[in-house]
Amino acid sequence: MVPLSRYLMFAAALFSIGLFGVLVRRNAVAILLGVELMLNAVNINLVAFWRYSDVFAMAGQVFAVIVFAVAAAEVSVGLALVISVYRRRNTVIADDLDMLKF
Amino acid sequence: MTAQQIIFLIVALFTLGSGLMVVTTRNLVHAALWLVATLFGVAVAYALLNANFIAVVQVVVYIGAIAILFIFAVMLTRRDMRDTGPQMNRNWWAGALVALLVFAGLAFLLSGWSGFQKTAADLPSGFDAVGLLGEALVSPEAFVLPFEVASVLLLAALVGAVYVAFNRK
Repeated sequence: MVPLSRYLMFAAALFSIGLFGVLVRRNAVAILLGVELMLNAVNINLVAFWRYSDVFAMAGQVFAVIVFAVAAAEVSVGLALVISVYRRRNTVIADDLDMLKF
Repeated sequence: MTAQQIIFLIVALFTLGSGLMVVTTRNLVHAALWLVATLFGVAVAYALLNANFIAVVQVVVYIGAIAILFIFAVMLTRRDMRDTGPQMNRNWWAGALVALLVFAGLAFLLSGWSGFQKTAADLPSGFDAVGLLGEALVSPEAFVLPFEVASVLLLAALVGAVYVAFNRK
């Protein structure tokens, strides 16, 4: 079987790609796409740690399931906010959403 | 190299490549479709890790629900999906630097860990991961409380999403 290091480096690379997307994209929907990549990288780590340690301790898989639920909650609220902002301001560019700035 | 290592290599390269396309493509519909490819690669990685249930849930929940929700959101905000103008902000090089530094830091931290090169033992024969997962999710000695809290969070998030996106005339 593949050593654990490969999965951890794979997840770290996916996390960094997602972080890059969150930091540089201007469109708010694209920022949420980056967040999804980061959540998936975390999930790969959780499942890999489950498989490479005691397989009878299900904590890794249980928390992967909980991350699924949290990701679904995050995406539904995030996209609702984006759509609501688009309706009021007619833009989804994150730089233009500066109503909270002094 | 064994067959499993070759499959892992192909899946990892495919997933990382489509992940890069997600964050760099100009057209957002294409970015959402590349996200579907990335999520599918991650599902294959779960299957390689013998987490069959998680792999199926990845396909059903992530690809079936979340990615489709993204495509809906992209289409509902279509006027800003124009391909003109920069899709990245001015400080994209700083973002790339931070992402590279995070990757280097994670690689450095992980390579110093003693369990880094650990290999997995074969699963015991007749091992029932789905049954154990189901028991762990509802057993009071295990994770019933986080599980219920997650379901309450999901309900609150869905009610909140409907409230936020509701169109008051």
